[in-house]
Amino acid sequence: MTKPLLQIDNLHVTFSTRRGPVEAVRGVSLSLAPGETLGIVGESGSGKSVTGFAVTRLLDPAGKISAGRILFRDREITKMSNASLREMHGSAMAMIFQNPRGALNPIRAIGAQIADAILAHRKISAEAARGEALDLLRAVQIRDPEKRMSAYPHELSGGMCQRVMIAMAISSNPSLLIADEPTTGLDVTTQKVVMDLLANIAAERGMATILITHDLGLAARYCRRVVVMEQGKLVEQAEALTLFRAPNHPYTKRLVAASPTATSRVEDLVTGEENLLAAVPAAPLPTPVHGTPPLLDVKNLVKRFDDGTVALKSFSMVMAAGESVGLVGESGSGKSTTSRMICRLLDQSEGTINFNGESIGHLPARDFHRAPQRRDIQIVFQDPNESLNPRFTAFDCIAHPLMRLAGMRNGDALRQRVRECASRVGLPSDLLERFPHQLSGGQKARIGIARAIACRPRLLVLDEPTAALDVSVQAVVLQLLDRLRREDGLAFLFVSHDLNVVRMMCQRTIVLRNGAIVEEGESHALFDNPQTAYTRELVEAVPNIELTPVAAAG
Amino acid sequence: MKLATTAKRAARRFASSLPALFGVLIFTFLLMRVLPGDPAVFFASGPNAGKEEIETIRKQMGLDKPVPQQLALYLYDVGRGNLGRSLMTGQNVTKDLKERLPASLELTFSALLIALVLALPLGILAALRPGSLIDHGVRLFCALGVCIPTFVSGLLLIYVFYYLLGVAPDPTGRVDIFISQPPSRTGFLLIDFLLAGDLDGWWAAFKQLILPACTMALFVIAPLARITRASMLASLGSDFVRTARSVGLSWWRIVVTYALRNAILPVITIAGIVFSTMLGANVLVEKVFSWPGVASYALDALLSSDYAPVQGFVLLMAFVFVIVNLVVDVLYGIADPRISIG
Repeated sequence: MTKPLLQIDNLHVTFSTRRGPVEAVRGVSLSLAPGETLGIVGESGSGKSVTGFAVTRLLDPAGKISAGRILFRDREITKMSNASLREMHGSAMAMIFQNPRGALNPIRAIGAQIADAILAHRKISAEAARGEALDLLRAVQIRDPEKRMSAYPHELSGGMCQRVMIAMAISSNPSLLIADEPTTGLDVTTQKVVMDLLANIAAERGMATILITHDLGLAARYCRRVVVMEQGKLVEQAEALTLFRAPNHPYTKRLVAASPTATSRVEDLVTGEENLLAAVPAAPLPTPVHGTPPLLDVKNLVKRFDDGTVALKSFSMVMAAGESVGLVGESGSGKSTTSRMICRLLDQSEGTINFNGESIGHLPARDFHRAPQRRDIQIVFQDPNESLNPRFTAFDCIAHPLMRLAGMRNGDALRQRVRECASRVGLPSDLLERFPHQLSGGQKARIGIARAIACRPRLLVLDEPTAALDVSVQAVVLQLLDRLRREDGLAFLFVSHDLNVVRMMCQRTIVLRNGAIVEEGESHALFDNPQTAYTRELVEAVPNIELTPVAAAG
Repeated sequence: MKLATTAKRAARRFASSLPALFGVLIFTFLLMRVLPGDPAVFFASGPNAGKEEIETIRKQMGLDKPVPQQLALYLYDVGRGNLGRSLMTGQNVTKDLKERLPASLELTFSALLIALVLALPLGILAALRPGSLIDHGVRLFCALGVCIPTFVSGLLLIYVFYYLLGVAPDPTGRVDIFISQPPSRTGFLLIDFLLAGDLDGWWAAFKQLILPACTMALFVIAPLARITRASMLASLGSDFVRTARSVGLSWWRIVVTYALRNAILPVITIAGIVFSTMLGANVLVEKVFSWPGVASYALDALLSSDYAPVQGFVLLMAFVFVIVNLVVDVLYGIADPRISIG
């Protein structure tokens, strides 16, 4: 075996917080050979990013390496002076970050930023550095590189910014590249392009890569070897395929089960006793009584914004009671705009919306809260943190719609009803007195759902309800949603960018692109056998655990 | 192209501030009419002036006409660039203000310059070592600067540098009366002396200026240093500074090119506000140092119910405020490429 490029022995990282020291990494050991690709997967709080930042010594000032050794090319990193660290950053190891736009200096042209990175390690003229920066932009396949040299980050898309970031990171040919959630927040097709680019560049230059991600599919596709972290500890490490096909550790098993794949069913996401769906029969597809109007009938919906941009060109759909329909598309496809207009948070420019045979499209969004249909159409928002009033307790959050929409008064009946809602979403009633900041992400998501179902709506609009959650929490929430739907005959309009989730959760799917419907049909048929090139591209871009990894130089 | 859009935006901002200026004009006019004190009584020959005499003066001044008519007349005059006549000095208000504004501006500019030169490094140092001795020292210094009223710190400075040490000239006015004034080109003595090539004169004017300027600077260092510290801290902790560290940029480059240039934006805003405030609020400093500026002029006029100078002064201040905001706006556009036409 070749000498390892990076060797981590029993690494401990401690953060000093207001409530005393918190150990984020507790005894991690691993090694990396030159040119190898390693994936570190885990959920939030697992310490995977902190490990990455410890290796590059870019931890927050509050974080300290409290024990352990990190050897990089036989040099002890933990004891390195600032000067030698600076020398090493960029030229020996570099990092790529989540949120690429924030990672670039907003008021400096990207060409100048890349040139800065080059000039930090080589004594060449500014002119020559600019020339090399241009070459790097070409290497990361940015169109019109000459023109883009003087562009600022806000003028580029997220994917473009990440390419610029990659260009900066590889500018001095480091031998180790650490990518911390490099494609989180990017569209799935962009993610594929960026990751393929990264893999190719690493292979071409023989760079070792550590990919830190929460997405098991991504790690499986791009890494030879994967380590799994849980609560600061390394629980399992193996070849990617072995790990995901035959996980050993119970945590890995749970994680693999919870990650939606092309073939997973919502019933199988959670293993063991926590499974919410074991005892609930599958929803019988509602047989529409002849002559009853559809639950939702949308015709020729158009949205133009004041500045002339067209967010939605034309959208029509029909939905039966109890049906679940998925709305997928990339950012800018108009899926959120559509869902907001249907749940009357936004006025459409043209088109009609009929709910249960009555027109609601003519009611302005501003006044819809007074309409009787407000009770019937409820929303679960994307971000469980931001969509709860920080001054409301969990109880208040759930009680609020009951008081406003169902006209209930403060009293025993209300308390009874709130408890009932909480227990339906699996929220222990002793948590009802807590404020949002005292609850976990999953618990907040449950409150969001409890609030939405409190008035027993008939249509639930779910706007990326699990996008901000860890996969294991997502699994439970998805099961919960599916059970609620089966029990109450709720109809779902499920907006998501995650095709695997939509495939599981929805009977029918509509694919949107640039404000127009590209394709629609029965979910499994649509994903298994896409009719349009765009849908095929979307489906293929989803990294799945089953796929064999892209060959990277090992 | 960039220049054109900036100019366009500046012009639009200016146009949109015109209604506000007009409002200020009317508001001050009405305010002066509501305030107690009758200018006619004040400017009559003496305390024992007869009722008839006062009536005559009132008629001369046009104060017997109904208020709306007075307002219309006033607006008509202002529209022609005539701010009226000061009863106190007997001169045209426009002329008075023109003579005194450079004195105030020179003082304020110098004070702002001193404040910035001190506040920026202090704020940056504090941000680089948060919680350190330097940080606490800066905080203490800033607190003292804000706590001590300007007339106290002004008098203290005079006491130490003029009375005890004797290094400063006596605190009366802009320049020693025995030194011949330079030909007035800009109205700013420091510049005029330089243009005239009179270095002795320049030094004399500088010595007169430095104490009042420091007094005012002391007062505004605090907001500037605090905002510099806060925005430096934010920008040092930002993702792009982490990126800069991850590619191994030098410390200097990280602090200056990456952190400071981003942190300077809110400092520009605060500096603009501080400047406008100082210009109007430096009346105490002007009084302590017998500085012939606009603020002390307006105060004297106000005390003697002299309408025209006060109205002129408020209008001037509003105008300066608009101009300063414009300058801040333009600087912002230059400093931050994200600000587009809007």
